[in-house]
Amino acid sequence: MRDTIRFWLGDEYIVLHDVLPSVTALDWLRETRGRTGTKEGCNEGDCGACAIIIVRRNACAGHLSWNAVNACIQFLPMLDGAQIYTVEDLRDPSGVLHPVQCAMVNQHGSQCGFCTPGFVMSMVAFRKRVGSMIDQVTDADIDDALAGNLCRCTGYAPIVRAMRQALVAGPDRFDAEIKKIGERLTMMESGEGVSIATKNARLTIPASADELAVTLMADPASRIVAGATDVGLWVTKLGRTLPHVVFIGHIPELRKITVTEDGATIGAAVTWSEAEAPLCAVYPEMRDTLRRVAARPVRNSATLCGNIANGSPIGDGPPLLIAADAELILRRGDKKRRIPLEGFFIDYGVQDRASDEFIEAVFVPVPKAGTMFRGYKISKRFDQDISAVMAGFSLIISDGIIRKACLAFGGMASTPKRAAAAEAALTGNPWDAAALAAARDAISQDFAPLSDLRATSWYRLEVARNLLTRFYVETTGSDTAQVSVWSIHGEAVNV
Amino acid sequence: MSESDSAFDLGAGMVGLSTEVIDGTTAEATALDSRTASHDGTLKLVEGSASQSQRHESSILHVSGGAAYIDDLPEPKGLLHLVPGLSTKAHARILAMDMEAVRAAPGVVLVLTAEDIPGHNDVSPVGKHDEPLLAEDIVSYYGQMIFAVVAETRAQARAAVRLAKIEYEDLPAILDIAQSRAAGSPLVWRSLTMSRGDAEAALSRAPRRISGSLSVGGQEHFYLEGQAAMAVPGEEGEMRIWSSTQHPTETQLMVTHVLNCPGALVTVEVRRMGGGFGGKETQANGPACLAALAASLTGQATKLRLDRDDDMVITGKRHDFVIDYDVGFDDDGRIYAVDMVLAARCGWSADLSGPVTDRALFHADNAYYYPTVRLRSEPLKTNTQSNTAYRGFGGPQGIVGAERLIEEIAYATGLDPLDVRLRNTYETGTPRDLTPYHMNVEDSIAADIMKTLAEDCDYKDRRKAIRAFNGKSHFIRRGIALLPVKFGIAFTATHYNQAGALVHIYTDGSVQVNHGGCEMGQGLHTKMVQIVMREFALEADRVRITATNTGKVPNTSATAASSGADLNGMAVLDAVRKIKTRLVIFAAEHWSIPQEQISFTPEGVLAGKILIPFPDLIKAAYFARISLSSNGFYKTPKIHWNPDTGRGRPFLYFAYGASCSEVAVDTLTGEMRIERVDILHDAGQSLNPAIDIGQVEGAFVQGAGWLTTEELVWDASGRLRTHAPSTYKIPGCSDRPRIFNVRLLDNAPNQEETIFRSKAVGEPPFVHGLSVLHAISDALASLDDYHTCPRLDAPATPETILRCASRLRAEASGRAAAGTA
Repeated sequence: MRDTIRFWLGDEYIVLHDVLPSVTALDWLRETRGRTGTKEGCNEGDCGACAIIIVRRNACAGHLSWNAVNACIQFLPMLDGAQIYTVEDLRDPSGVLHPVQCAMVNQHGSQCGFCTPGFVMSMVAFRKRVGSMIDQVTDADIDDALAGNLCRCTGYAPIVRAMRQALVAGPDRFDAEIKKIGERLTMMESGEGVSIATKNARLTIPASADELAVTLMADPASRIVAGATDVGLWVTKLGRTLPHVVFIGHIPELRKITVTEDGATIGAAVTWSEAEAPLCAVYPEMRDTLRRVAARPVRNSATLCGNIANGSPIGDGPPLLIAADAELILRRGDKKRRIPLEGFFIDYGVQDRASDEFIEAVFVPVPKAGTMFRGYKISKRFDQDISAVMAGFSLIISDGIIRKACLAFGGMASTPKRAAAAEAALTGNPWDAAALAAARDAISQDFAPLSDLRATSWYRLEVARNLLTRFYVETTGSDTAQVSVWSIHGEAVNV
Repeated sequence: MSESDSAFDLGAGMVGLSTEVIDGTTAEATALDSRTASHDGTLKLVEGSASQSQRHESSILHVSGGAAYIDDLPEPKGLLHLVPGLSTKAHARILAMDMEAVRAAPGVVLVLTAEDIPGHNDVSPVGKHDEPLLAEDIVSYYGQMIFAVVAETRAQARAAVRLAKIEYEDLPAILDIAQSRAAGSPLVWRSLTMSRGDAEAALSRAPRRISGSLSVGGQEHFYLEGQAAMAVPGEEGEMRIWSSTQHPTETQLMVTHVLNCPGALVTVEVRRMGGGFGGKETQANGPACLAALAASLTGQATKLRLDRDDDMVITGKRHDFVIDYDVGFDDDGRIYAVDMVLAARCGWSADLSGPVTDRALFHADNAYYYPTVRLRSEPLKTNTQSNTAYRGFGGPQGIVGAERLIEEIAYATGLDPLDVRLRNTYETGTPRDLTPYHMNVEDSIAADIMKTLAEDCDYKDRRKAIRAFNGKSHFIRRGIALLPVKFGIAFTATHYNQAGALVHIYTDGSVQVNHGGCEMGQGLHTKMVQIVMREFALEADRVRITATNTGKVPNTSATAASSGADLNGMAVLDAVRKIKTRLVIFAAEHWSIPQEQISFTPEGVLAGKILIPFPDLIKAAYFARISLSSNGFYKTPKIHWNPDTGRGRPFLYFAYGASCSEVAVDTLTGEMRIERVDILHDAGQSLNPAIDIGQVEGAFVQGAGWLTTEELVWDASGRLRTHAPSTYKIPGCSDRPRIFNVRLLDNAPNQEETIFRSKAVGEPPFVHGLSVLHAISDALASLDDYHTCPRLDAPATPETILRCASRLRAEASGRAAAGTA
């Protein structure tokens, strides 16, 4: 086992001893390294002022992936093995601005300037992702790329103009350094785990799933962290201390994505961004909904399985995956078990997972013939908002009769929950106006949701009913029926 | 000074902005204006100087992470960190405070309470003595600062602050406008009445009359840089403070209160803020005072940077209002009389609530003439954050009231709301130009702007098409609305309308400029540099702006009320022209040329036919012992205002504009999307079209956010539940309009003698966001076939929209049932 954390920060190779598990990358960058270009706007991953770029080798394709993440909720050990860039690294060695920086100046994309470094980093990462597919970039793609960055001054218009300008600009300093960056990443690939114990806290980065299993058996009180987009806030906002953190974000077996004709298996360390493709391969209907989960910098770090594991009643993943009939693969020591995802959520804060057990993967089977599927997210703001109501709907229809109905909701109860009465009202009936009316009526038997800052109980019930109507119209209406303000322009997210 | 301009191929001046939005100013128009506005007849302007587009002076620093905000400044040796401890009760008596565990926590140096304040425990910015820096025996809102922990690291201070044990005895808490009215709780400021004629009599005589009530929510500033200050103690009680403040002079004054020391010992400096929007006009004082207090007591530099959640819980916001209205009109949509009461949730102390509620009244007419009128304010005290300045300063809330009247009249008469607007707009030079505060509107162009915009954006045809669409679309409804804005420019506190500047020329011919205004992203410093560039015909890299500092320009006014460029620009011009006059006199004598033949050109100073490089002139002037430094001063002419009589001319002029928004609303979920926005805005002869368009675009989105997704929610205990961006939703990138056309009014020099005939641009365009609310309302009205005024309150969150939709559907089915019965 190694007892250091190591990564590249710009052109400097960093080796750290005695790292605390829950020091954030942002605090380290600003306070220890004096890189004050990276700003703290909210310290909870919601504003993007602290965005930095993490470069790693894509596990499947082998090329380099450039991801903007929020440094405020990245724990420093999570950077192990990566190439990191902050805004200070963007100018070329002669001092010439990066094409994104140049475009932002040209288009008057900064006013107060505080959010600007974060925007610039998200824009640089987007440029890398787009690569040569510039012609396919829609405004919706740009919105998606910038959804995790808040600006209070500009109204975003000049920033979008700058993004357009930067996309058609020439190469940047990194294009000439791809080989060098690749070599740096290779150099750090050792296949060994990391264990660092300081006086107050301990961290482990297991090298394999087996090592993870052993670590958890030995210390069931340890905290598993993958993307830290939830646990990060326990530290930055709730002031909690974490005595032993086990970082699983880069365990090879958990990074795996397998798509077969049976379905997609998505490992516990696969981020939301990475899970988009396999999920859409099985359920193309999920695409628009997945795009609304958090925002790009969060999806670049947060994992699909972490969203399940934390058991939140307002997580966006579970209702979609329950409706998709997903299964969870759990492991404890050498023992694996496979359970329907729905059964994982026992009660508020209680899940079917022993403290020394971990989620290895989630399996999403291909839909059965005759399946109609939709996912809907309703929140105050389009992007980067926690749902007031989240819904995953699936009907299996044969010979004109609904054989199986799964109506899964988030935000309606203390766990992600299916609407049993509404499902019963549909099952065995044709998918027609009468069935819809019966299902709508049954919703109030299924749920008595809370009123909180996001919505009242009235709104949640009304929207749950109305989403059934939207589902009905979308799956039975004519092609021209318009049932969402988001689909009016048919703008696709292509990149 | 040039931030690697060599490596940065921009070219000076008119860079980059796409042509469809920049055609507000042409080089020709600028030159023409220059002939009339410039006293020395300079014709050639340096590229990028005043009246032309120029990039923000810090833009290269912004994009490369080099622009320093308070927390980025180099830290003095032994710097301590301060974190405040907050009340967890909305209204309570403090029975006991156990700070043992706090003091014992690692790294803690000092725990501050009210008893530690050597001077006055009072940071009321308006002299009401109702705002202790740290609570004494009573807490008045959930989040009030009670104590502060000073520790070696910020993390230690944050950890220690959680260890305090405070015992309270609950007192009755009044949280909102309704509770405040029901309890008859006191006002934080006198009520203001503006009236003309007998409103009650005129209302009863009017052919038609409607009364109602509306509510409009508050707004969190959400400046990206939170409140921050660093205090460094000096010799013999000196205190230097770096503060993210819009009002360094007031911050200085408050520190002198708290430390009980002369103002001459305290210097406050701010180079730039990461956003302000009014939220750092008074709210920056508390953090600066705490940092200074800790620095004074420990003798060590101390920094305070609020965590975002603490910032949102502690600081005041835009006032939410309930507006009760009564309007008399006729079948042609002409207003006869208006009676309105504008009640505001002010919070636990007065802060700026008096002037804010006054300004709500000043704008409760928007652009409309009310023949007979009575307007009254109710600044209500509540046990919540002390609401404060926010872009528009009550004006937008008043305008929300005015536009509801228009909407009511339109639905009652069946007229297009735009026609109702045009029939009631102020008409300069006629008897219909008198405001409720008895000021004649001498410059009304609201009707012209509305007509031009309606024509440009095809309003009438699109409105027809939208109604046809709504007739066929069951769930998705579209709406459109075109609204004007008229916004009064000047501080209504007349004495605030003064400014100072300080300009130095060094012997190499480079110029340093300083003034009393603060840069918060609005481009004020850029414009000030441009004024110097224009007057001396110098390139941008010869003119350096320096941090706002109470030691350089004293007794400044807040950078607020959109006045930054108006006031400080004239002060800078005054300073520059004083030096320029000396230089002209000197050059005339030195080269024996008549003064009239001396001009400053981009090539150099032209003395007759002799071309003298500017640095050479300066060097010669220096050797001739000519003073190359000057202060400058300005006070706004013509204005006066008497709140006791409700009469005066509080404003030098008005800024105008109009916006047209089109939205699509999902009546199943209440979700809404802004499809298209067209704005025509009056910036006079803009000082910098690129920056002014940026102000308009940004203000629009911020205004639209206020009225749609930005919802402040307090729970029954008075705790703010929307205290971070995870719960409080300002607009994101995808919330901007799909199509967004912003244009500045052409050939529209200010008729008043402002700096190069420009108009203030900070606040007025914030009001454009209101066209979104009205477009949503128009979309919803289709559910009842436009029979009923939707009375859509703000913020129009998806839930508010859905509630309104179900009410209108019920109206429609009631009407259908009555029709068949």
